[in-house]
Amino acid sequence: MLNISKVETFYGNIQALRGVDVKVNDGEIVALIGSNGAGKSTLLMTISGVNKAATGEILFESKSIANLPPHDIVNLGISQVPEGRRIFSRLTVEDNLRLGASVNEKGKNFDQDSKDVYDLFPVLKDRLSQRGGTLSGGEQQMLAIGRAMMARPRMLLLDEPSLGIAPKLVNQIFASIKNINKEKKVTVFLVEQNAKKALELADRGYVLVNGKISLEGAGKDLLNNPDVQAAYLEGGK
Amino acid sequence: MGKDLIQKSLKDSLFTGIIALALFGPIVGLRTVAKNEVLVVEPKWFVVLLIVIFCAVGRFFINLYTFRKEQRRGEQSSFGKAVSNFLDEKGAQIAIAAIAFSIIFPFMPFADRYWMDIAIMMMTYIMLGWGLNIVIGLAGLLDLGYVAFYAVGAYSYALFAIHFGWSFWICLPIAGLFAGMFGILLGFPVLRLRGDYLAIVTLAFGEMIRILLLNWYELTKGPDGLTGIPRPSFFGLPFKRYPDEGVETFHTFFGLEYDPMQRIIFLYYLILILALITNAFTIKIRRLPVGRAWEALREDEIACKSLGVNPRNTKLTAFAVGAMFGGFAGSFFATRQAFISPESFTFIESAIIVAIVVLGGMGSQTGVVLSTIFLIGLIEVFRDFESYRMVAFGGAMVLIMVFRPRGILAKRKPTIMMGKHG
Repeated sequence: MLNISKVETFYGNIQALRGVDVKVNDGEIVALIGSNGAGKSTLLMTISGVNKAATGEILFESKSIANLPPHDIVNLGISQVPEGRRIFSRLTVEDNLRLGASVNEKGKNFDQDSKDVYDLFPVLKDRLSQRGGTLSGGEQQMLAIGRAMMARPRMLLLDEPSLGIAPKLVNQIFASIKNINKEKKVTVFLVEQNAKKALELADRGYVLVNGKISLEGAGKDLLNNPDVQAAYLEGGK
Repeated sequence: MGKDLIQKSLKDSLFTGIIALALFGPIVGLRTVAKNEVLVVEPKWFVVLLIVIFCAVGRFFINLYTFRKEQRRGEQSSFGKAVSNFLDEKGAQIAIAAIAFSIIFPFMPFADRYWMDIAIMMMTYIMLGWGLNIVIGLAGLLDLGYVAFYAVGAYSYALFAIHFGWSFWICLPIAGLFAGMFGILLGFPVLRLRGDYLAIVTLAFGEMIRILLLNWYELTKGPDGLTGIPRPSFFGLPFKRYPDEGVETFHTFFGLEYDPMQRIIFLYYLILILALITNAFTIKIRRLPVGRAWEALREDEIACKSLGVNPRNTKLTAFAVGAMFGGFAGSFFATRQAFISPESFTFIESAIIVAIVVLGGMGSQTGVVLSTIFLIGLIEVFRDFESYRMVAFGGAMVLIMVFRPRGILAKRKPTIMMGKHG
């Protein structure tokens, strides 16, 4: 479904990605793990078009999206939940959801789509007229995911959904991600610091080190890999 | 109020006094006068002393009673909160009352020519404030050259009306369209700019338009200005005492005595309707996808991009729509004055409109009305003390910033805030 080959991205003179190859198949959950500054978020931003790849190719369903502006990429069916949630804190929860639906004519289906979001995250329904900034961190993350789902994506890019959220809510959010994948048939590409949680959830995983993929494999294999355990998981040698 | 606080405040006011001395010493204290055909410096140290004492004491009390209070800086005081809540609850009723008052205003016993002129001027500024509020308050784009669109509207109205003889109601939308096009013209080069950089470029744009009007003599008559701009008519009925042969006028049609006030009252209602349209449009568009996208863009551009909002189109529509209302106001200005010149469109006009929006509390429609009444009213009160007008204006701004740092009716936090955050 998504095919990334030899992608390099720069911030000014600083090279953040040094030839990344990643493949995501239809219906999968794929996790990308790595330490701070490895380039995980940069890769997601490059897929969604907020950052531009200097070289390399990004194919979505065999169509090149490397040079498309972000709104065209959302239209093709890739939605992103950006790092740190980035909800519109002074707009209401409902407005946040409506903004998620604002892409092309999909706003027409607001009632149906928002109902699906409330099924996933019932708490949002009670908070519709509240300002986004008044929600707790976990609720904000739910809102950010719900907002992205309003565009009816076929592929969801998630950037650190567990960042700064209480452990109990993290479990709930990861369960929702699984639900989105299984029930709504949305392919998920997930970036996480919480390697254990991410690899448990994912079908496959990649490890990003200094802008390059150093390891890849099935989620369970990576979990049991001694190098991964040592570097990213507790209890490593 | 501890000893510590008083000590701190004393230190601070001493410092203020030193700054005031450094500033006002040369400006006020040293005055050149001609004596026996020679320029001599005449010191006025007593006045300087008074100013310095005033500044230091003022600062001391502001320190004691406003800045160092227990509350977090920028938090609303309980009084401010009460006012805000009251306006939230009774907002609709107050708005209806205000509109009703505006409608009957011309028939009030005290509403003579002078009051009507002030009311028309205030209404023009309210409309400009509401127009600029779309750009600054909703879309969060600090535009310091808004007067350019006011000028474009005024000049396009004047030129079309003079050269083609078209009526006000045809020229008005054309002028709005022209101003909107200039809005897009400004929008393109500033798409990538934010904050202070955006402000600088828009400021330059405002000056460019003014200088263009000043120098394109063939079209705009430069500094001479355009005269003989047609007055508006009441659906084809002119307001004239002695009409041309065979033309029915407003007063003959309605069987009234001729009174020059009829035209003034008509102008008043015209600007009232234009302003209310601006307001209704803004309220409506906030609930539409494009208005929601403006506010979202103000909040977070990256989030907007990741949701598929096109930032380019969103910014351009904000500039265009804001400019269009500036253009409407400009047309009104031209037809009211019957004479326009580049002098009416200097930077100070932009600054006043921005001040109205910012002091009102960015994004607040009611705030614009209150700050217009306050600022324009103040300028008017000081009309007889010509040289003190700007001092009063500056003083008013300082007072609002001290007591209501987020604007008179602000709900959003300012981008920059002095002092520590709790």
